[in-house]
Amino acid sequence: MNEHRLTIDRIRCDGRGICADLVPELIRLDDWGYPIIDARPVGVELTEHARRAVANCPMRALRLSLSNVPEN
Amino acid sequence: MSVLAGGPPVQRGAEVLTDHQRRFGAIPPGGARLIEEIERSGLRGRGGAGFPVAAKWSAVAAGRSRRRVVLVNGAEGEPLSAKDRALMCARPHLVLDGAVLAARALRADQAVLYVGSEHRSARNALEDALRDRGGADRIDVRVVIAPPRYVAGEESAAVRCVNDGTALPTALPPRPFQSGVDGLPTLVQNVETLAHVALIARFGAQWFRDCGTANAPGTTLLTLSGAVARPGVVEVRSGARLGDVLGDAGFVAADTSAVLLGGYFGGWIAGDVAPTLAVDAAALRGAGHSLGCGVVAVLSETECGVVATARILEFLADQSARQCGPCVFGLRAVAQCWHRVAQRTVTPDDLVRIGRWTDELTGRGACRHPDGAANLARSALQVFREEFMLHAEHRRCSHQSAAWRAAS
Amino acid sequence: MNDILLWYTTRASGAVSLVLLSIVTALGLLTAARAGGGRWPRFMTAALHRDLALVALVFLLLHVVTAAVDPFTHLGIASVAVPFGSYYRTFWLGLGTIAFELLLAVIATSLLRGVVSVRVWRLVHWASYALWPFAVVHGIGTGTDSFSLVMLATTTACVGLVAGAALWRLRTPAHPLTAEKRAGAALASTGHLR
Repeated sequence: MNEHRLTIDRIRCDGRGICADLVPELIRLDDWGYPIIDARPVGVELTEHARRAVANCPMRALRLSLSNVPEN
Repeated sequence: MSVLAGGPPVQRGAEVLTDHQRRFGAIPPGGARLIEEIERSGLRGRGGAGFPVAAKWSAVAAGRSRRRVVLVNGAEGEPLSAKDRALMCARPHLVLDGAVLAARALRADQAVLYVGSEHRSARNALEDALRDRGGADRIDVRVVIAPPRYVAGEESAAVRCVNDGTALPTALPPRPFQSGVDGLPTLVQNVETLAHVALIARFGAQWFRDCGTANAPGTTLLTLSGAVARPGVVEVRSGARLGDVLGDAGFVAADTSAVLLGGYFGGWIAGDVAPTLAVDAAALRGAGHSLGCGVVAVLSETECGVVATARILEFLADQSARQCGPCVFGLRAVAQCWHRVAQRTVTPDDLVRIGRWTDELTGRGACRHPDGAANLARSALQVFREEFMLHAEHRRCSHQSAAWRAAS
Repeated sequence: MNDILLWYTTRASGAVSLVLLSIVTALGLLTAARAGGGRWPRFMTAALHRDLALVALVFLLLHVVTAAVDPFTHLGIASVAVPFGSYYRTFWLGLGTIAFELLLAVIATSLLRGVVSVRVWRLVHWASYALWPFAVVHGIGTGTDSFSLVMLATTTACVGLVAGAALWRLRTPAHPLTAEKRAGAALASTGHLR
């Protein structure tokens, strides 16, 4: 079972918010513009959007990875 | 035989090598087999996380590199904890024995002693002990100074400080056991843990298990502070009743409002519950508490728990590594809210947001610093619920805390 | 007839490249200024910046190739690759060559972003600030009709656009986290400790 999850390098993240624009179903911003990421597996229907969010992160902080243990 | 028991008091200075060898015996040869012995002993880390030591060593040993590093973590950034420096001062050779045995087991050719800049006696004791040993251990040992910051003792921060002089946590992966000092698989182990290793190597796993409980064998060092007549560092058998331990230090249950267990990274426990608990890391974890680095700080009835919590959160916010937005801004906002609660100037907006902001701290930093602060805040809301409501809704404090000044 | 066609293509594609590169530069400045939000999502600024850069590259290649094979200017491929290596308006042309190579470098490092380190990418992108002014001066210097009304108007509009975006960028305050990170690193450093 391929389970993709969105993970983020919290040190690289600069709170630009592009990820929340591109996949609002999984990422929303806190009061200071930093992402709150849904730790559940990314469903098939959202994978393309998640990939686009990863590709468009200007700080290369967002990652889509196959993992069993959810991080951040 | 234990780690500190029967030893010289801290003030008299460090133990000389010959005395050490007379008391404990010469350092055993050790080797890779030691990992199995540690496994049988059930020893868990004493730095706060409580990770099984043998599993940690095996992870480092599994690294593909032929060279490894042992990082002896004596940074002790937790302000309420004194056990690590007490141990380094009183039993430096035991700590060094543990480091050497770890290096032999992992075939590491270098060890780094990581000590806080403000802990001069501990550093002197270790350096004197190193000189005392000459080069007999045949391991390259050096001392690296940690800055006086709370997060300096965090595993990845320690590694980074050794590598480039800046003690800030790094994004994981890779973890130190994969790539640490100079990019090599690195074992980061607390000084107390290594002291236990040095004894297990001499007397065996069964000797260690003869003391303590099944899930938390051996002894553990605690730092007692706050409203006790005789504060200080003590060594207790795992499983001892906290009430008894505190009683020996001159604690009066009736005068206690709450106990902070585990330090700033731990949590508050109600004054009538704490004495009933056993000093058993595994059992405490099961009950939702945390022994952490063994800090037991007693809050007396005359002190306000809300004010104390606000001070701690302010300290934690100030001590943030400041690398991650949620910690820099979120933790600061939570601390400022608590400040206003303590000052009795909190607004309705604050109360609405404080719960959400606290929840949003969990799992949103590169390290667990904001998580620890969130846990502390939540435990305070539980234990000091009435006092909190009094401050927040009625703008009163049941203690004589008129003029409240910020810590530091 | 073909020669004239070649010449016109060179000039036209050069002009279009300049316009496109001006928009690209302006969008780059606005991306750095974190412009957007609300009805103009921020990722669009960055995405347009990237996509238009590729379009600009196509027109620029057309410009470079037609210029190189044009018999009138005797440029040849070598002078396209080597700055200041041609006999024809050496200095002005050389600037264009440098601008062209900077664009190739920026696009290459951006496409290979997973492979190239963040530091290298950032360095090349910073160097690319030189790209646009070089292109403008190259256009004025090598163009035979630089001071015609059309070209004057176009160049002025391009300069105005980039100047406006630069002003926006300069007036955007630094991200609050930047100062915090610097303070945190200073507090955690041990260089001064013994």
